[in-house]
Order: sequence, then C-alpha cells, then structure tokens
Amino acid sequence: MNFILDYYNYWIVVFLMMTGFYIVISANNLVKKIVGLNVFQTSVFILYISMGKVSGGTAPILVEGVTQYSNPLPHVLILTAIVVGVATTAVGLSLIVRIKRAYGTVEENEFKNQDDAI
Amino acid sequence: MFILDIVSSVLLIAGVFFGLSGAIGLFKLPDFFTRVHAASVTDSIAAILIIFGLLLQTPFDLNTAKLLFILTFLMITSPTSSHALAKSARHGGLLTLSEEKEKQQEQTH
Amino acid sequence: MGEFIDLVLLAMLALTALRIIFLKDLFAVVMLFGIYSFLSALIFVNLDAVDVAFTEASVGAGISTVLMLGTLALTGRKEKENTHSSILPLLVVCITGAALIYGTLDMPPFGHPDNPVHEHVAPRYIEQSPKEIGLPNMVTSVLASYRGFDTLGETVVVFAAAIGVLALLGIRRKEDEEAPESGLKSHHVLHVVAKIIIPLTILFALYVQFHGDFGPGGGFQAGVIAAAAFILYTLVFGLSKAMAVVGPKFLKLMASFGVLLYASVGLYSMYKGGQFLDYNKLAVDPVAGQHYGIIIIELGVGITVFAAMLSIFYAFSSQAERSNIQ
Repeated sequence: MNFILDYYNYWIVVFLMMTGFYIVISANNLVKKIVGLNVFQTSVFILYISMGKVSGGTAPILVEGVTQYSNPLPHVLILTAIVVGVATTAVGLSLIVRIKRAYGTVEENEFKNQDDAI
Repeated sequence: MFILDIVSSVLLIAGVFFGLSGAIGLFKLPDFFTRVHAASVTDSIAAILIIFGLLLQTPFDLNTAKLLFILTFLMITSPTSSHALAKSARHGGLLTLSEEKEKQQEQTH
Repeated sequence: MGEFIDLVLLAMLALTALRIIFLKDLFAVVMLFGIYSFLSALIFVNLDAVDVAFTEASVGAGISTVLMLGTLALTGRKEKENTHSSILPLLVVCITGAALIYGTLDMPPFGHPDNPVHEHVAPRYIEQSPKEIGLPNMVTSVLASYRGFDTLGETVVVFAAAIGVLALLGIRRKEDEEAPESGLKSHHVLHVVAKIIIPLTILFALYVQFHGDFGPGGGFQAGVIAAAAFILYTLVFGLSKAMAVVGPKFLKLMASFGVLLYASVGLYSMYKGGQFLDYNKLAVDPVAGQHYGIIIIELGVGITVFAAMLSIFYAFSSQAERSNIQ
C-alpha cells in the first residue's frame, strides 16, 4: 500500500501523458490535436509539482512558526511553462484558422490529399 | 469550540448533499431547462452552505472577509450565467418538454 | 487525509482525459478541457503550489478555453469520422507508456523530505531569500530576482506569440458603416451584471499584481485577469465598442512597452555599475533595491501579458463574421 502511495502520482501522470500523446497522433481534427497537446503539457506540470512536494511542508510563503516549506524551484519553472504553453496554443489555433481559410477544412486526411494534388 | 465544529460540519454536509443532488439531476432530468435548474441549485445553495460552513472554521480575521467576498461574487455571477444559458437556448428556439409534446400532438392530428 | 484527496482528484483527472479521446463533439471536448484544467489547479493547491494553481486556473481554464471556443466558432463543431485505423498509435502509446512506468520505478518516492531535488539550490533559496530580498513569497523572489533573466525570456515569448497571431490573423478593421453590430443586445441582465463585475475584476487584477510579493499572485496572473475583464466587455457589448475603449494600436504599444520596461531595468542596473538585472544596485540599500526592481519588472510583465492576451482575443473575434445576435 505504501508502495502504491509513493508512486501513484507518477503513474497517473504517465497515464495522462499517454492519453495526450494518443490524442495528438491519432485525432483527425486539428483542434482536437491542440487539446491533446495541452493535456500532455498539463500532465508534465503535475509531474514536476509532485516532485517538489514535501510531506508535512506548506506553501513556500514565509509565515511565522513554520519551518518546513515545499520546494519553490519547480513552482517557478512550471509558472514559466504554463505561460509558454498558452502562447504556443494561441499561435497554433491561429494557424488552424488560416488552414481553414486556405483549404476549407481542418480534418487532416482531407487537406493532406489536397496538398499532394498540387 | 465544539459546538462551532458541529454546526460547521452540518452546514458542509448539507452543502455537499445539494451539490450531489445537482450532479444527479444533471443526468436524470429529461429536459434541457430542468437540467439548467439542477445545475443552478449547485451554484447557489451548495455554495452558500459550504462557504458558511467554512466561515465558522476560521477565527474572525482576513480570511473571513475573503470568504464573504467570494460568496458575494458567486451570488452575483452564478445565477447570471444560468439565466444567460436558459435565455440563449430559448432564443435559439429550444422548446420545453411540454411544448414539444404539444407540437407532436398537433402534428399527428 | 490529504493523500485521499490527492488520490480522488488524480483519478477524476484520468477519467476526464480518457473521455476526451472518445468524444466527437468538439464543443464538449473544449468544455472537458476546461474541467481538466480546473481539476489540475485543485491538485496544485493540494500539492502546496498556490502560485502555480492560480496561474493554471486563470491561464489554462480561462484564456486557453476562450481561444479554443473562438476557433471552434470559425472551424465547425463536429469532428468527422476517422478513416485510418488506430492500432499503430495504440501500440506506440502502450510501448511508450510501459517504458515510462518502468522508468518511474527508479524515481525517489513521493513527498520524502530528503529527495535529491530538495538539496543544493533549494535550501539556499529558502534560507537566504528573507535576508537577501526580504519578501515573504519565495516563488516571487526566485522568479523575479534570482531567475529574473528567465522571466525576461518568458515575457518576450508572450510578446512573440502576440506578434505571431497578429501576423497570421490580423485585426480586421472595417469602415464604421460596415462594422456589424455584435454583442448581446437583448440580454439586459447580462448588461447590468457585466457593468457591476468588470470594474471589480480590474480592481482584483491590480490587487493580484501588487500583492504578489506577499501572497500568491504576480504579473502573469494579473495580466490575464485584467484581459479577462475586457474579454467579458467584448462579449457582452460588442467588438466595435470594445475596440473604441481599448484600441489595437494602444495594445501594441503597451505590449512593447512592458518588455522595454523590463529590459531597461536591467540596463539601468548595468549603468549603475552592476550586472544585467542586478537589483542590488538600484538603490543605496540592497534590499530596497531588490524591492524596487521586483515591483517594476512585475509591472512590465503584467502590462505585456494583458496587452498580448487582449490582442490575441481581438484577432480571433474579428475573424468571426457573426450575424447580429438579437
């Protein structure tokens, strides 16, 4: 039981990562691919934050009478990663809008053939 | 403050019960408008009960003020969003269950 | 008890992600993604990462969901049937998953205080940051001062994303007579409530911006919350009115001004004799210099993030040729 509790976080993270990965490689619609990419990214965030947690600690804000803090370094890294993730999503979604305007569809099998026909 | 703990637990459990009833209603109820009603029950009553239950847990300091602010903003925005949902559905032409049955009866006659 | 909450929340997250694979209605997929984001924000709070939870809730569940819904308005709601078989992706995913799980067995167990990740730099930051910087929020002091250069890079990434979206989509400004009236004209309740909520949201964004030194908060969250207030205004009152209040040119100016403010703090500290972004040289007392530096650069970050998010939203919503919603 202790063994499961020790590694439960990481196994769920691997499951979420693989779900996101599956959506990215097998979805036909481009918007769903971007959703899968975001699912993948958020699972990686959970991995880092799980690594930084100290049991018995508290949030890394200085309070009177608290000696044990969780590690603030992964938090900083993930703050940056979240913002970069939303920037990537915004550019990806605008690319999808342009693809729709150029090819008339955002289903991958439909416009892949249109490109080859040129 | 044992009595305070008991009152706060009663409020929290009541809030959880209403939240559960909203969730079950979302699946069981037949029509869109009745489902919106079920979801808005969760938004209003469950939020009030849970926040009042939490209010009794903290001493009277900044956290009390923050919880009261959260309650105020939830009370302003949640009924508005349920109203906006129902009104947009009505504008889009969605009929309630009784109106659907009347239309079907008119078509068969 | 904390572990039980952890277990249940992670299981709900896994179920939500699993459901996203099988849905064909993209609107429902985006809503499930919003739920996924909020659940991960709850998990972050449970894992003591309050700043990260704040950012994930506002950025992931707020801005990402809004942008995806905007894209769906332009590209269509339903996904068509998949023509190629899914055996090969399933096989690849299973093999990769098995390899990763085999890798996690080697990791240190969750939550032990003597894990390798808690050695070397982290205890030094936890112990020294009250003396060197003097702020209660250690995440802000690491983000803005010790690793300030990375945060400058992150601000430039947000700025570059705004440039990219504006280059791809652009904000179409038609002549005043042709501009279609958008917005929700007959939703009187929404008009009244929006008028109450929007100023309070902007006030809250300012509170988060300047309170980031003492509690969770900071520039990113504040910029996103302020952008959300103006997005609400655009949705309720129409794009042309919103562009009259905060125009695209002003937003472009503000986005570049935020990055410029951040970089010029670094240059000013070089002018005063220190290194780039060395806040100790900004005032006579080093700790006061750190406070000045952190407040000014957080302001720059907040301004850039607000302007970038709002410009991206304007670009998306000016593409939609929506008819008048009465």
